[in-house]
Amino acid sequence: MSGLKDLQQLCNTVRKDIVRMIYTAGSGHPGGSLSSVEIMVSLYFTDIFRCFPENPDNPTRDRFILSKGHAAPLQYSILARKGYFPVKELKSLRTFGSPLQGHPNMKKLSCLDCSAGSLGQGLSIANGIAFSFKHTHCTPRVYCLMGDGEQQEGQVWEAALFAAQNKLDNVCAIIDCNGIQLDGSVKDIKNMEPLDEKWHSFGWNVIKVNGHDITALHEAYKQSEAHLGTPTVILAATTKGKGISYMENQAKWHGTAPNAEQYAAAMAELSLEVQ
Amino acid sequence: MEQIPMRDGYGKALLELCKIDKNVLVLDADVAKSTRADWIKQQFPNHFIDMGISEQDMVGTAAGMALAGMIPFVSTYGVFLSGRAWDQIRNTVCYNNLNVKLGGAHAGISVGPDGATHQALEDVAIMRVLPNMTVVVPCDSIETYKATMAIYHTAGPCYIRFGREAVPVITTDATPFVLGKACVFRPGSDVTIFANGTMVHQSMNASNQLQKKGISARVVNVHTVKPLDAETILSCAAETGAVVVAEEHQQAGGLGGAICELLSQHNNVPVCLVGIHDTFGESGNPCELMENYGLGIQNVVDAAVNVLKRK
Repeated sequence: MSGLKDLQQLCNTVRKDIVRMIYTAGSGHPGGSLSSVEIMVSLYFTDIFRCFPENPDNPTRDRFILSKGHAAPLQYSILARKGYFPVKELKSLRTFGSPLQGHPNMKKLSCLDCSAGSLGQGLSIANGIAFSFKHTHCTPRVYCLMGDGEQQEGQVWEAALFAAQNKLDNVCAIIDCNGIQLDGSVKDIKNMEPLDEKWHSFGWNVIKVNGHDITALHEAYKQSEAHLGTPTVILAATTKGKGISYMENQAKWHGTAPNAEQYAAAMAELSLEVQ
Repeated sequence: MEQIPMRDGYGKALLELCKIDKNVLVLDADVAKSTRADWIKQQFPNHFIDMGISEQDMVGTAAGMALAGMIPFVSTYGVFLSGRAWDQIRNTVCYNNLNVKLGGAHAGISVGPDGATHQALEDVAIMRVLPNMTVVVPCDSIETYKATMAIYHTAGPCYIRFGREAVPVITTDATPFVLGKACVFRPGSDVTIFANGTMVHQSMNASNQLQKKGISARVVNVHTVKPLDAETILSCAAETGAVVVAEEHQQAGGLGGAICELLSQHNNVPVCLVGIHDTFGESGNPCELMENYGLGIQNVVDAAVNVLKRK
């Protein structure tokens, strides 16, 4: 594991990537991209996630399924910073002909393990991969990042049952619990709490963690690896729009691009944070 | 004529595939006895997964399996497979061009007494509009076997639909079957009847009756709705100058729709469609439903006679 300071610095860099990409594109989803930054950095830039940017198809790699596909800018930044493609390509987000589609497309960006965009589907896909790995005695693990609003999709719970039924302990789901969906707060729209009790009663190993604490997240991933017999879900408590004060906890920043003034303010705030 | 359910052909092919390929997995949503996926459960339990009553999860899980290099065959009633899981089929299976095989059982109105909720009459339409999808509607158990083997050998998403009832076995092991290639089952020069599924046999019988009226009706089995065999369809249409399309499906969007789309861009041959006309079915025995919903032999005869008036 790189030094904690380096990882925090990287989170800041990723946040800048996200804000810059969405500002340049003029559209996109900053809120749920910013809230998941530490979740992704602590997965990809520690000893947890086995991947091979120089040989992306290596069959022994772990798999990552983004279920909350609107966090595409975050995923692109992580993959670019990991070395899968040049960082300068990030500015092509959402433009015609770009591999960086508004929601991830594995046919245009081949280093993705799957496309995403229609909510509620990722865990089923992760399960299918994980089941196949067990069937063929392969060891890679499968990670799936969902949103907390996404938990309203019934398919999530069908998939939760399947993974428990089939003892898919090679699956680790992460839920970015930022409390806010497009139209408002999850609690007000269709309350999903208590999520921990729900997942526990569905037969999962549940780990609750501060979703902005890299050390705690790393520990949670380690625990999920060590836990046998049932799949693990990490409930990561986060702040929507984390890092940009005017975006934090605001539903309107779920899917809005900043204007020039807001962009400057966001970048200034992120630059300040580094020092 | 021997009568065997088409689903037996599906089950037989799955058994064969599980025997030869360790990567074939068969998924079902609590109707394995109906779809014949149960045969896999009995003989190759390691290849069988009962997903429970969860069609959306079943398709998503199959997509993941395909991503991991497996070849999943997903079976349940066609109406629920194509309808309930359409978004999963579109946004995950087809968008990523994944090697997922979808077996839609109990298709058409001939499923009978279960009634309208269980009668897949729109499945061909909503599957064939999806990019990357192959759609096959075989006509008997032998052809269902061949079609299932063929989609195994075809990379990418495939939908195969077949019925519940025992139906006449009108092909033999020697009958040619090539995915994407329509097959002339009976020669004729006045009108071409394009048909698939149960309506191939009905159309053969209709052709016999038309012959007594002095009308020479060619019968062409268009088992593959997508990709459509444009060459055969256009040449048959041009040679006979009149077309009937017969299918156990809504008139809108299925084989009839596909053929009209093709013909409209190439010639002015008159077409008459035989199929369900914008309505739901109901309970009843298969034969009386077929007769009462416009899928009888006489309906095909009438369509041929009528289309000839427009020639």
